[in-house]
Amino acid sequence: MPLSFSTESARRIEALIKQYPDAQAASMPVLHLAQDEFGFLSDEAIQLVATALKLPVSHVYGVVTFYTMFRREPAGTNILRVCTNVACMLTGGYDVLKQVCERLGIQPGEKTPDGAFSIVEEECLAACADAPMALCGQRYFLRLDSKEKVDAMIEELRRQPQLERTLLPGPVEKGA
Amino acid sequence: MPVTRADMPKLVLCNMGVEGQNTLAGATARGAYSRIAKALAMAPAAVTDEVKKSNLRGRGGAGFPTGLKWTFIPKGAQTVYLVVNADESEPGTCKDREILFWDPHLVIEGIFLASYALGCRHAYLYIRGEMMREHHVLQRAVAEAYKAGWLGRDHACAGGGSFKLDLTVHRGAGAYICGEETALLNSLEGRRGWPRLKPPFPAVKGVWGQPTIVNNVETLANVPAIIEKGGEWFAGLGTPKSGGTRILGISGHVNKPGVYELPMGIPLREVIYDVCGGIRGGRALKGVIPGGSSMPILTPDEIDVPMEFDALMTDARIKPVEIRPGVKLDIGGGKQLRTMAGSGGVMVMDETTDMAMVCWRIMKFYAHESCGQCTPCREGTGWLERVTRRLAHGEGRPGDVELAESIASGIAGNTICPLGDAAAWPMLAFATKFRAELQSKITAAPATAHGAA
Ligand SMILES: Cc1cc2nc3c(=O)[nH]c(=O)nc-3n(C[C@H](O)[C@H](O)[C@H](O)COP(=O)(O)O)c2cc1C
Repeated sequence: MPLSFSTESARRIEALIKQYPDAQAASMPVLHLAQDEFGFLSDEAIQLVATALKLPVSHVYGVVTFYTMFRREPAGTNILRVCTNVACMLTGGYDVLKQVCERLGIQPGEKTPDGAFSIVEEECLAACADAPMALCGQRYFLRLDSKEKVDAMIEELRRQPQLERTLLPGPVEKGA
Repeated sequence: MPVTRADMPKLVLCNMGVEGQNTLAGATARGAYSRIAKALAMAPAAVTDEVKKSNLRGRGGAGFPTGLKWTFIPKGAQTVYLVVNADESEPGTCKDREILFWDPHLVIEGIFLASYALGCRHAYLYIRGEMMREHHVLQRAVAEAYKAGWLGRDHACAGGGSFKLDLTVHRGAGAYICGEETALLNSLEGRRGWPRLKPPFPAVKGVWGQPTIVNNVETLANVPAIIEKGGEWFAGLGTPKSGGTRILGISGHVNKPGVYELPMGIPLREVIYDVCGGIRGGRALKGVIPGGSSMPILTPDEIDVPMEFDALMTDARIKPVEIRPGVKLDIGGGKQLRTMAGSGGVMVMDETTDMAMVCWRIMKFYAHESCGQCTPCREGTGWLERVTRRLAHGEGRPGDVELAESIASGIAGNTICPLGDAAAWPMLAFATKFRAELQSKITAAPATAHGAA
């Protein structure tokens, strides 16, 4: 069956386009939506977005490949983003990354065989005062300054996966 | 005289850590949107005047006077856009994320006031893709503001007319370069985030070809206080040329890292040893980056300078950055580079820090984030990453420090956007101030006439 947007998504795309003076400007929000719906941006998904926005496929493809959060392949259920930039490096970020890789048995950029996790070595995620840190979906893991905390993070995510999605207004978790 | 910490009012982080504040009910109870009626009774130009008087300067990195920037919109422009920069991704910077999470309604109020002054009827807020939690909070706040009628509804204003504002939150997707204002505008238009040549400046020809003002989150979050208490009052809190307070995000080897709202111009020493409780384990300070990773590092004898835009650029106690020993970098018009206040991201390093490692990690970042449009930056940042990686891993070759300096000077000033400078400046600063340490990492034997590989 060829790929198609759900009725709800089609409705949201119409609403998104109205937010901008032209349809091209809706490229990124619609790509986020497509990625949420299909899990990643296949050639077919890119084609679908191009058709919805009446844009050349080459344009949409160019946008997809510029931004690191747009995926061309399926990712793990949890996309665990571990920062190793300066503030985290100074406080043990590379140890966190190493431990995460060991525990999950994969390297940054890879996915566990059971599909539960992908690891991304991140650039600064704007939580430097709580370094070292990691991010998974909307969940921040701050001050990961012990092996126990890193293990607890992985356990928590196994029990309660954090999807990476563009969320619409709704209940919000308490502050970190 | 700037206010002291004891009698400084918090203007932006007043609600940090207060649960429930980020909902409309919580925010309204604490005064959110209470400044709108006052502004609407003023002429738009009078709002801009108040901001000019306040000496508010951009908190996104460059410290440009905000009120003055607003006056660059051409007279009689029909369609004007305000674009809010919430792409916060300069390493070490961690303030906008807190503001967005704890006080989204303050940000929306600031956007409303600025839009009224500018004649903008549809504002866009560009939020970094990774900030999924903050995006969620902000989306909810925007929905609440629409429901309450602050957004999307006509408001009677001075002169008998009416003013209505729409606000769209636009989510990025992972690209540091989109924090640069013209790259951000391209990204908002649904393109690859490539910076544009300036001129034309966004105020003349910005998003969708229309006059556009790009302002940082923290900059706009200061506007409600300016309207409430007046520009003069705000100016009086700061130093003669920089009004208000300053938010610093302090990380690294201090006892109490955190995001703090502090008096403008507070000495860096007080920030490290007083606000942040000194260095962990009572160790000695080795270096501190004062305003995000692109800003030249300071040594322990340079921390008595005030944390204020002009002082960090001009204070003679800070050694100018050199392109090789004894030759100062010229950043245009014979101006020297000391350091800059940048984005308020302060990274503190103790005596155990390996400066070659820090330098490499910074170069790795810029090499990863170069958008690839300009050759000096695309190629140069990659070369810098390779040379500093060798040094950081103790495999430096003779001449590597000089090589890094020549690559960095080849990038500086030769690119469309300042990302090239953002990589070149810290490289040159490490070579200027921690040269011996970088040199000590050179282990490979010099190439000989016969033995060269
Ligand atoms: C490479 C680069 C990255 C930048 N990233 C950001 C950013 O993440 N957030 C921000 O507000 N400004 C950033 N800026 C500065 C913006 O270009 C612009 O000056 C700023 O948003 C203007 O707002 P302000 O006048 O209120 O400071 C960046 C600049 C450069 C050159």
